[in-house]
Amino acid sequence: MAVYKQTYKDYSGTRTTPWFRFFILSRYSYARLFQSKFLVLFLAMCMFYPLGCAVFIYLSHNSPLLAALSLRSGAMPPIDGRFFNVYCVVQGVLAFLLTTLVGPSLVAPDLANGAMSLYLSRPFSRTQYVAGKMTILLLLLSLITWIPGIVLYLIQAGCAGSDWMRVNAWLAGSIVLGLWIWIVVLSLIALALSAWVKWKIAAGALILGVFFAGAGFGAAINNVTRTHYGDFIDLMQVVRTIWSDLFRNSSRADLSVTEAWAVLGVTCAICLWLLAKRIRAFEVVK
Amino acid sequence: MRTVVELDNLSVCLGKREILTDLSVELSGRTIGLLGPNGAGKSTLILTLLGFYPVKRGTARVLGHDIRSHIKKVSVLVGYMPENDSFIADMTAVSFVRMMGELSGLPAESALERAHEVLFYVGLGEARYRKLGTYSVGMKQMVKLAQAIVHGPRLLILDEPTNGLDPSARRRMLRLIREIRDSGQMHVLLCSHLLRDVEETCEEVLILKQGRIVHYANLARERSVNQRFVEIETSGDHAGLAEALTEIGCTCTTHGSGRLKMVLPEDFDLREIYRVAAKRDLPLRRLNYRRDTLEDIFLSAMEA
Repeated sequence: MAVYKQTYKDYSGTRTTPWFRFFILSRYSYARLFQSKFLVLFLAMCMFYPLGCAVFIYLSHNSPLLAALSLRSGAMPPIDGRFFNVYCVVQGVLAFLLTTLVGPSLVAPDLANGAMSLYLSRPFSRTQYVAGKMTILLLLLSLITWIPGIVLYLIQAGCAGSDWMRVNAWLAGSIVLGLWIWIVVLSLIALALSAWVKWKIAAGALILGVFFAGAGFGAAINNVTRTHYGDFIDLMQVVRTIWSDLFRNSSRADLSVTEAWAVLGVTCAICLWLLAKRIRAFEVVK
Repeated sequence: MRTVVELDNLSVCLGKREILTDLSVELSGRTIGLLGPNGAGKSTLILTLLGFYPVKRGTARVLGHDIRSHIKKVSVLVGYMPENDSFIADMTAVSFVRMMGELSGLPAESALERAHEVLFYVGLGEARYRKLGTYSVGMKQMVKLAQAIVHGPRLLILDEPTNGLDPSARRRMLRLIREIRDSGQMHVLLCSHLLRDVEETCEEVLILKQGRIVHYANLARERSVNQRFVEIETSGDHAGLAEALTEIGCTCTTHGSGRLKMVLPEDFDLREIYRVAAKRDLPLRRLNYRRDTLEDIFLSAMEA
């Protein structure tokens, strides 16, 4: 039959399991995101620092090459908690920039275009929607943070031997945990703000504002009140405090580790509340 | 016949306002029209059936499943075409419909195949690789219909499907709805304030006013029992004509000079009127024949 003479036909084939249906959203979003050459370029740039670290680790264990470069092996900084803490700070900043690039386009267009009713009229829940959108950021950010971090750890373990690996096993845990905390916080903030303002550009500006304005206001509050309460709204400072604790370094901030964890908990709770309020098929005007 | 929608004292509140009050009805037609003036609660009822709004009192069942306890089962069986613009601007029609199919549980390959099929079916075959943001209003309506039927639902809910369509696009949309109805694979719940659309496509009509059911009608049955009217305009002895027509069973009233309005008895042959007029040598200048239309039913329901 010619296609233009087609009549309506029922579907009687198989159905997929609902458990992994959230990943459909991520798959389609990746297809759209990777059409942007800028994003691909930025992702490639995010690999420069881990690549440099890998070269550094290799160099510090290669005495003949160091000698050829007229460097003493003792002069090289040790590969320890401080090394990986710095790695987290650098890649954490890049993760933040990637979030401002990708995050605003996740929920805002769906709300602005009224697509939410189409998603939620299907066997697809609000939780699955948030999980699907969050997976996009979780995977992208993992690609530039803890995955290369663990690769660096393994390179160091391979060069330094099994004894180093056994003694410093906690470092692997700290890398994964520390960066996962950051990834989850960034993803939740990006989704919540994207859902809140419904406008991509404004959402991007808000994500930048939350971190930069937060740091600025935080410093101002500290100076005016001569307390450390301003650190509570400086999320970069909060997460750096947690990283310092995880990597067993001393933190320059006045914020205690408990306070830092509490701030992150409250931030995540606020984001989840915002998402619960905004991710609806229709808004109820009371 | 299987009950499509069953409401039992259904009440819905949004905020502190009760939008739907004690709705009780059983709808089992192949196509069901939902009518009412603006603010009557038509869209609220649809969105409640889809599980978007919480039920305050009573129960509602869609295809036998309670919407409170089995909304997941309901959403598998239902296809929904919303009233307002709902799409993702930077996606092509085929990826959009495919994604919606996959979200409804179709495997990726089947969803792609179905997306092509339904886009051809709704007449967007040639434009299926264009981005949705570039579509006209009529095309967007058709894409909304395509995404609603891609997964082969048992009940298709259409909220104002002819909104913003030009006459030819409207005709095409109504033809598609009739075709879907006649395919016998799907029930259709059509919400509209355009009586003509409902009259052309629906078997059953539920009329809402201020959140309450004011009339339920099986249109086919109503049409068969409704009175038939004839309006006649003649020049000459119209009183005599009225008498003669009354003798053969019509109920006549005269309106001014030469104008008669009469209710015809059942199985009345219209040619009788011409015969009577010819016998009296009266010229009939005008004869209007009409039944009770949906508009009459709607207006009398609104006045009730």
